[in-house]
Amino acid sequence: MANEEAINRRAEREGEIELFREMLRIRRFEEKCAELYGAGLIRGFLHLCNGEEAIAVGAMHELTNEDAIVSTYREHGHALARGLPMGGVMAELYGKANGCSGGRGGSMHLFDLTRRFYGGYAIVGGGLPIAIGLALAERMRRGRSITACFFGDGAVAEGEFHESMNLAALWGLPVLFICENNLYAMGTALHRHQARTDIAARASGYGMEAIAVDGMNISAVREAVREATAAIRRDSRPFFVEARTYRFRAHSMYDAELYRDRAEVENWKQRCPLALHSARLAITEAEMAGLESSIASEINEAISFAEAGEWEPVSAAFA
Amino acid sequence: MAMSTYREAVRAGLREALAGDARVFLMGEDVGRYGGAYGCSRGLLEEFGEERVRDTPLSESAFVGAGIGAAIAGMRPIVEVMTINFSLLALDQIVNNAATLRHMSGGQLRIPLVIRMATGAGRQLAAQHSHSLEGWYAHIPGIRVLAPATVADARWMLGRALEDPDPVMIFEHAALYPLEGEIGERPAAPGIERAAVRREGSDLSLITYGGSLGKSLEAAEILASEGIAIETIDLRSLRPLDEETIIGSVCRTHRAVIVDEGWRSGSLAGEISARIMESAFDELDAPVRRVCSIESPIPYAKHLEEAALPSVAGIVATAREVLR
Repeated sequence: MANEEAINRRAEREGEIELFREMLRIRRFEEKCAELYGAGLIRGFLHLCNGEEAIAVGAMHELTNEDAIVSTYREHGHALARGLPMGGVMAELYGKANGCSGGRGGSMHLFDLTRRFYGGYAIVGGGLPIAIGLALAERMRRGRSITACFFGDGAVAEGEFHESMNLAALWGLPVLFICENNLYAMGTALHRHQARTDIAARASGYGMEAIAVDGMNISAVREAVREATAAIRRDSRPFFVEARTYRFRAHSMYDAELYRDRAEVENWKQRCPLALHSARLAITEAEMAGLESSIASEINEAISFAEAGEWEPVSAAFA
Repeated sequence: MAMSTYREAVRAGLREALAGDARVFLMGEDVGRYGGAYGCSRGLLEEFGEERVRDTPLSESAFVGAGIGAAIAGMRPIVEVMTINFSLLALDQIVNNAATLRHMSGGQLRIPLVIRMATGAGRQLAAQHSHSLEGWYAHIPGIRVLAPATVADARWMLGRALEDPDPVMIFEHAALYPLEGEIGERPAAPGIERAAVRREGSDLSLITYGGSLGKSLEAAEILASEGIAIETIDLRSLRPLDEETIIGSVCRTHRAVIVDEGWRSGSLAGEISARIMESAFDELDAPVRRVCSIESPIPYAKHLEEAALPSVAGIVATAREVLR
């Protein structure tokens, strides 16, 4: 019996380390992207999700392969956590034909239909109606899958947000709304763009269950999403999860961060989701070295894959 | 030959689509219990139920976007927007999503969506219910833009549009709904992208679409009594444009007048004129002319509204000038 408990504990720890690994994988990928941007190998807009990894990994872990994902322009983490191969994502950032969107979308528009990853949307709030439609189709076909729709606090100011909340609740659609509240709509603080800053409370006003959760704590995120998905499948209603988080890096690569104090950023970094989780698991140096090394190899392979990719012929793109 | 109103023809097209394919559903403001703002869907709720004839809140962006999402997921939604001025509230979904997603996803996403709406003036509805903005939509790569001008096209275009794996917008000129005409036979290929020569003639090509076709044919009739043979072309598809038919006609007549209820600046009429210049400059015996709406918001008062729109007299006068 004691032996069985020990085995269970070990399996559980291994599972938790795997989640940590996923978060670390995203963090290192994003850091590499910043470096490649500096080297001119990635162009366009690049929005990194450092600090927000627990939401992507925690939520995806509780969703099934049959569930659909709608994301935003800050979606590298969502894509990697969903299982898009890193090479295809990196090649997309390079603009190559072997990228997950054929090089036509770039960082803000990652797509993978085979994984029901329906894209990054770069108009704030623009993905929400799409999620409504995916869920409506599922409902009309009497399917069981959920559509998970990610967006930020900035989207709450958009009309499309409110139209979509109402429609999802009115029609009882299986949508999981995940608001990644990182406290800033680009450079405008939440309290400067919302009269009422309690976003979950706003959502509950539409007649759906809504909870706020610590988005820096992957266990809390998982628990909330588990509760949400169970409720959606059981009651055939939408559910709203507000994950309170923070963006450690600039909004994009063109941001002098004049709108927030360095001390505020440093304060939030004390609550880094990776550090919190690794401390809880007491990850050893040896374990850490193993994780870092395997992730570094995967990133190097992704870069090689991207570099080896072809440019889509102009004639094919506009056929 | 069976006769029908344009409104009944649209309804027959909707009924056939709903009956023939379980993936098809109709969604929009007041399409169900009300029967459609223009009565096009009257009776369909009773026949097909609330799930497939779906009333929506006044949330143009969300329900047009929901149509896109449902189409991505394999359904065949028909989204009705009450009038073209309201469609501006859904521009983000139409222009940023429907038109881009196939390309931007490297061809992975397809959007077999049909968006229908009423367009045009002539019913004293003033400046927020009367504009002809379909030329704007015709500017956008990634969507097909159709304008049925006849009862037969009102009947048959929808079915063809639903066969398209990409988004199609159908603009029904609101003044046409009571129009009576022949339903005709189910058309064979070539399909909806081809213009139709509604009247043959050798002296001048009158190029038009939608609500202006009737006025153009009337003008042609008046000129015929003076021995002038006007060829009248109904574009039917505003995007893509059937250049072959347009240029072929101009090469026969050597003169062209375009009639377009949109405003002249930045208009579809301007685009057609440019294409004629690019492809048939040497064929022209006179400059291409345009008959468009006066560049003002459409007014309410009947005499002002009439003065703002292309008229039969205006078309006749312009044609005479070109033929002089």
